[in-house]
Parts: sequence; structure tokens; C-alpha cells
Amino acid sequence: MSQFIKNSVACLSPVTKGNKYYYLWVGFLGILICFGAFYYIQQLRYGLIVTNMRDQVSWGLYISNFTFLVGVAAAAVLLVVPAYIYHFKPIHEIVLFGELMAVVAVTMCLMFVSIDMGRLDRAWHILPFIGMMHFPASMLAWDVVVLNGYLAINVIVTFYALYMMAHHKEFSFKPIYPIIILSIPWAIGIHTVTAFLYNGLPSRPFWNASILAPRFIAGALCSGPALMIIVFQIVRKVSDIKITNRALFKIAQLVAYAVGIDMFLEGCEIFKEFYSNSIHLAPMKYVYLGLDGNYNLVPWTWAAIIAIAIAFIIFLQKRTRENILLLNIGCVLIFFGVYIEKGMGCVVPGFIPGTLGEIYQYSPSFTEKAISAGVFAFGALFYTFLLKIAIPIYTGKLRFYKDEDADKVTA
Amino acid sequence: MGILRKAGPLLGLLLVLSLRIGPTIVYGADAMPKLFVPAPPFADGIFPCSDCHADMEVNLHKRKLTEEHVKISKEFSHAADRQWCFNCHTPKNRDMLHLSDGRLIPFTKVELLCGQCHGTIFRDWKAGVHGKRTGQWNGKKVYRHCTSCHNPHSPKFKKITPMPPPMHPWQITNHRIIKDQIPKNPLGNIQ
Amino acid sequence: MTTKKNKLTRRNFLKGATAGAAALAIPVGTADASIWEAFFQKHFKEMTAADKVRVIKRLEEEYKEDYDRDIKIATTPAMPGVKFGYGLDLSRCIGCRRCVYACVRENNQSRDPQIQWITVLQFEKGEKGVSNLEEATKYYDPKKVPEDGHFYMPVQCQHCENPPCVRACPTQATWKEPDGIVVIDYNWCIGCRYCMAACPYGARHFNWRKPSIRKEEINPNTHYLGNRPRYRGVVEKCTFCIQRTRAGRYPACVEVCPVGARKFGNLLDPKSEIRYCIENKRVFRLKEDLNTSPKFFYFFAT
Repeated sequence: MSQFIKNSVACLSPVTKGNKYYYLWVGFLGILICFGAFYYIQQLRYGLIVTNMRDQVSWGLYISNFTFLVGVAAAAVLLVVPAYIYHFKPIHEIVLFGELMAVVAVTMCLMFVSIDMGRLDRAWHILPFIGMMHFPASMLAWDVVVLNGYLAINVIVTFYALYMMAHHKEFSFKPIYPIIILSIPWAIGIHTVTAFLYNGLPSRPFWNASILAPRFIAGALCSGPALMIIVFQIVRKVSDIKITNRALFKIAQLVAYAVGIDMFLEGCEIFKEFYSNSIHLAPMKYVYLGLDGNYNLVPWTWAAIIAIAIAFIIFLQKRTRENILLLNIGCVLIFFGVYIEKGMGCVVPGFIPGTLGEIYQYSPSFTEKAISAGVFAFGALFYTFLLKIAIPIYTGKLRFYKDEDADKVTA
Repeated sequence: MGILRKAGPLLGLLLVLSLRIGPTIVYGADAMPKLFVPAPPFADGIFPCSDCHADMEVNLHKRKLTEEHVKISKEFSHAADRQWCFNCHTPKNRDMLHLSDGRLIPFTKVELLCGQCHGTIFRDWKAGVHGKRTGQWNGKKVYRHCTSCHNPHSPKFKKITPMPPPMHPWQITNHRIIKDQIPKNPLGNIQ
Repeated sequence: MTTKKNKLTRRNFLKGATAGAAALAIPVGTADASIWEAFFQKHFKEMTAADKVRVIKRLEEEYKEDYDRDIKIATTPAMPGVKFGYGLDLSRCIGCRRCVYACVRENNQSRDPQIQWITVLQFEKGEKGVSNLEEATKYYDPKKVPEDGHFYMPVQCQHCENPPCVRACPTQATWKEPDGIVVIDYNWCIGCRYCMAACPYGARHFNWRKPSIRKEEINPNTHYLGNRPRYRGVVEKCTFCIQRTRAGRYPACVEVCPVGARKFGNLLDPKSEIRYCIENKRVFRLKEDLNTSPKFFYFFAT
């Protein structure tokens, strides 16, 4: 027991150490978190009235961020498949960081959902056995199951890997291999279920399209890996971890496919709605063209489309996507584009026009933005700390065994 | 035999009582409803009509009234091209209305008169479907006479002032709520 | 079998958790058992008769403290053999909004921030009609109604037989009662607002902040599942005036309607007014293509 505590302290101690940029970074995030926390306290005090959500648009920035981050979390699968199924070595070396990102993203998802709840004090009502979980009827109950399951899977996998690395010279993934394999469909599952959350509502024609789940997944496989490419470059710069360009380019290549599919699916949806021109076209019009003089999403939508299109061109050719500068520009464009398209661009038009035809042009309040920024800052800090713990173990600086008495776990 | 004779009045009384305390309301499309609000009152001094009309000569010509009932004559808009006073009022008995077959009815049975032309509405009304609805959905229903709501001389409802529209979503804000500045319900308190 | 087992598990858990939390967390000075009782209040459908008595007593005390009025909370169950249905005569409605405010008054809706369970839509005659709701407005404000060339359609909870909101709710805080009324347990709702996204009729409303009502305007005759004052952060909706209709009365909106456009009754009683409407009028239901099967019938009387 005391050994365990000692080891834990040893693991955690790197978190407190770093150069001045590290402290600046942590301090910056800390300020943002405090900022968000301050506004969240306001929200707890007055209620969700401090947001710009109203009965007409009852979900806003929080749920948009949630939706987007489910995608980021699901994107870990893009590393898991080449790493564990195809044993592609350059990716295998970084898959752990992708899984840690999934842990962080799911945590942020859960935070956004909690923040959006009117009665967080009653959250236990949703638990099975203890509360009255409406399973399997409610898609939200499914989402609770799959998200927490995904969190558990990734925590188990990453913890196992780090623990074994720290304690044994050699180890095998075999004991948790079934869980790793399970994480692949599960990752698809979290985004599918999240899409079904919207998809299953015939009251909202904008969401009630069967193409929604594939679109979500395609979008997820763009944004998550784009974020990873950028983050991994930072990681290899600030730590002595080796991440090869080959791994990044491989991810970029996969992203290119995903972007292509994403654009194709979006085109399909646009064609279906505009060509059939039924009364369900209204939300589509609101998003792409503006509806009766209401067009506050239109510039964002087109900015997202253009960003994704440019990124697609960059990622399509080997020559351009293997140019680090262009690669990074492409990643930023994709991240931005998908954030718009699968965030606010997906959630808000579901409510505009409302079920009784009313148009309420929602745009988030300052409080919503501040709280969201706080959650993103928390996520960044959490990931930073996780890397601070993981990297020394990964690079072999932190070991709980001496080389001579290293015990080998037979595969 | 003797017992029966003795019990006769008692049975009769029971019968009368049971009729009185039995179901006071019969609903359905065919039966006439029985639970009414009081018929609308006449203006002071206007009823009985015979007070004035008893000695007056009857003028059977359709015309505009210029001395009495001017207001009624002026606002009269009940199929005005075809109708006039004596389609409903009775020249020989001013205190009664008459049906098209000549039967006289009191003002409190006006629905029989209206029902002659407005048959479908009459049928709905008997079923409890036309008109303002109060009472109990599974028990006694309060019926209103046609004239409780409609002016028989100008039956179409007048326009009324609507209650305030709902607030726009952007008008619903996190402002300070002061107890005695909470908006009042325009309909007032509950009774 | 499973429900029984679950119940046991829950009870044990709650007991343990309450004891544990009480031992650890409550600051001694402010220890107030009712806070924990409120926190661990069971779902309405899981309460025993004794639970209900205890919960009602506590809620009535809470309301007394909050609103300084003696509020009675009934838990009248559904009558057997009753399924409520509602009829609305589009040919009669003049859009005067008396129903909206009678409902607000009867059902203790928040005045500030404003919540109204009934939305009256105004359509232009000759437009695409009621299927294209974007043609309608609810903010019309002329001097007099009805405005020439317009017709009106009030919309409220349609009490669907196949309610999408009930399916959506992740905590079973909303459900359809045996008499067909879709109700919410305001003490079980977690405020996720998924039901609001699911409802095709805009019938569900959220308490974005603490509701406020003038003390003298509170209706003290309430039902647990109906018009008792609500909390911040929960969803509310029309309940066909459950506190009135389960006592044989008509909903407040029916009684107030000056033109008699609103009809109400028992769908299972062939002699009821609502059955008469359905059998003798040309009725339609809003957004029938969604197969929600509302028990709210629009018709055109003459």
C-alpha cells in the first residue's frame, strides 16, 4: 500500500515541474478555468436564464460542444485501428496519446452535459438501479451508457499500458486485447448513439435524416485526428518523445479520406433537401441561405465549408499534406470547419424554425462562452497533466523496477 | 286492494320525488338538455311587452322602426333581407315567440325557435358541443340559451380586444425580480 | 421480479448513502433533515401511500415558506374507464387569448420569466394552411380580434397516445397516466430538455430561472402532477388541468373560452362531447404524419 502511494507520488511529481513556458501555459489555463468557474457559479445561482437558450432553442453552445467533443473522443479509433489491427509501428508508438485524448474529450463531454442540466443535483436519477434510467427507450440513457463505457475502456487501456510500462521491462497487451478491440466499435458507437440522439426525433426534420450518424462519424474522423496532428507536434517539441513525421503523415492521409467522405455526405444531404423542396427545407435554408431575413449562421456555415474544402485540397495530395506548414494550416481549417459544422451548425438549426414555426436566432451569451472556454481550458490542462505523467513513463525516465530484477511477463 | 289504495298516494309521492331528484340532465343529440343558466334578463320596463303593445294596432308591413326599438331596428342584421320582427315575435301575443308552425313558446325556450333554421347547430348544442362549456364533463353540464351569448337581432359576435401577446424570447432576461412588480395576470385572481 | 429487486437495491443504497452523507457532509449547525429528504425523494410512481403523505406534507411546508400561502397538493389518481380527449373548433376560435391567461392563472405558471402553456397561432387565410407553421405568428397584437382574413389555432400539449417526449426522457420523469394525461414529476426531472427537443408541438416549457408569481395570484388548489408551483431548472407543460379534470370539472381553458371553441370529455364514453365531435365533425390532428396520435382534435364545426 505504501509502495502504491509512493509510486503515485512519483508519477504525479512531474506535473509540478517544468520550464517557464509550462508554468505560463498552466497559469493561462488556470485563469481561464477560474473565469469559467466564476460564470458557472453565476449560472448555478440564477439558473440557465444566464444563457441565451430559451424554450424556442432549448439547446445551445453547451450541447454543440458536447456533440463536437464526442467526435474528438471517437477519433482515437483512427489510431487504434492501424496500431493494434495492422501493427503499424509509427502509429503504435503514439496510440497511447490518442487514447489519453479520448479520455480527456469524454470527460469534457460529460462536463458539458452536466453544465447544461437544469438540475445537476438530481443527476443520480439517470443511474440504473439507483435512479430510474429510461433504458433502452431513451437515446440519452444510451448515450450515458456508451460515453461512460468509452471513458472506462480508455482509462483501463491507458492505465494498463502505463502501469505495465512503469513496472515491467516488457509486457504484452494480450490481457486487455479484447478491450482494445472492443474500443473500436465502441468509438463508432459513441458517435452513432450521439447522432441517434438527434436522429431519432421526428419533430426536428433537420436532424431526422438517416445520413446523420455517418456524417457525424466522418466529421469526427476529420476533427479529432487534425487536433492530434497539431498536439503531437507540440508534444514532440516540448518533450523528448519521438513522434515520427511518418506517423503524422499517415494520420493526415486517413484524414484526407474522412474529409472527402464528410463533404460527400454533406452534399447528399443538401441535394436531398433542396431538390425535394418540401416544407422541411426551412432549417436547411436557414443554415445555407438564410430564412426570411434570418441568416446569422450563414457566414459561419460557408466559412466552414470553404475551410474544409481548402483543407481537402491540401490533404488530397501527398506533396502538400507532407509539407508541415500546409499540413498544420489544413488541420486548423479542418478543426475550425468541423467545429462549426458538427457543433452549432448541427445543433442549433434543429430548433430553427421551431416546431411551431417560430424563428429565434440564438447566439450564445457571454456566460455560455466563458463557461465553455473554462471547460476547454480544463480539458487542455487535464491533457497536459496526463502527458506530464505519461511521457516520463513512456520515455523510460520513470521506472518502478531496476533493470537487473526486471520480471518478464510472458506473452 | 285496500293496502294498495292506501299506498297509492305514497307511491304517487315517491314517483314525483324520484322524477324530481332523478337525473336532471339528459344529454345526447336527441333529448333536450335540462340544466340551464337563467335566461338573459330583459332591459328594465320592457317586459311584459303586452304592457305597451296590448292597445296598439298591429302593423304587418316590414319597415324601419323610428319611434321605439330604434336601436334594434338599426343594428338588425339577422338575415335582414328576409327576416323581420314577426318572423319570431307574435303579433297577437307579444309576450310569446312563435315557431313556424304557429305554436307559441316562451322567451325561455328560444332555442326551439332558433333551431328551426340552425338545425345542425341546434343538434350540436343539444349534444353539448355548440356553445360555451361549463359544468362537469362527467356530470351536470350547464347549458346556455342561444340568447345568453348571441344577440338575436344581431347574432354574429362582435370583435373583442385580445389579451397581450407572449413575450419574445429575447425579452425574457435575468433582470432583478421585485416582488410587487411581478406582472399581474390580465384576467385577475382566481375565484 | 426485477423491479422488486431494483427497489430493494435502491432503498438500501439510499439508506446507506443518506447515512453516510449525513455523517460526513452536513454542517452540524445547518443540519436540516428535510434537505436530504428532498434530495432523496423517490419517483412519484415508486412512492407508497405513506411516502406520498410524508412528501406532500413536506412540500406543502416548503411552499408555505416560499410563497407564504397554504397550498394544498392532491394526488388524485386517474378514474378507471377514462381517457381524456380534447376538441378545438377552428371555425369558432377568435384568437382572444383568454385561454392562455386562464391557464396561467389556474396552473400557476411563472409570470416572470413568462411561461405560457397555450400558444395561439394566427394564420392568414388562403396561405398554405396549418401544415406550414412558419406562415403563422403568435405575436399578433391588433386592437380587436378576429382580424379579417385570418384564422387562429391554439396549440398546447396534445397528450399524444404515443408521446415522443416520454420516450426521450432519460429518467422517466415524464409519463402517460392511465387516463391519457402526460405528466411530469417536477421533483424527478433533471432538466436535460431532451423532451423539449422531442416534442413536435412546442408544448414543453423550461424554468430558465426561479418562477415568480404574485402571492395573491397563486392558485392554492393543486395536484402533485399538475399545477403545484414548479422549480427552477425543470420542464413543465399542460396537464389538461389534472387537478380539475380528475375531479369531474372542465379544464380552465374550456370554461373561459368566450366563443365555446373548446371541447373536452372522455374518449371511452360514447356519449361524451368529444366522441360526438369525433363522430360528427371532420377532425384532424396536428402533424399526424409523425404518428404521435394526439388526443387533441381540431375540427371545423359548421
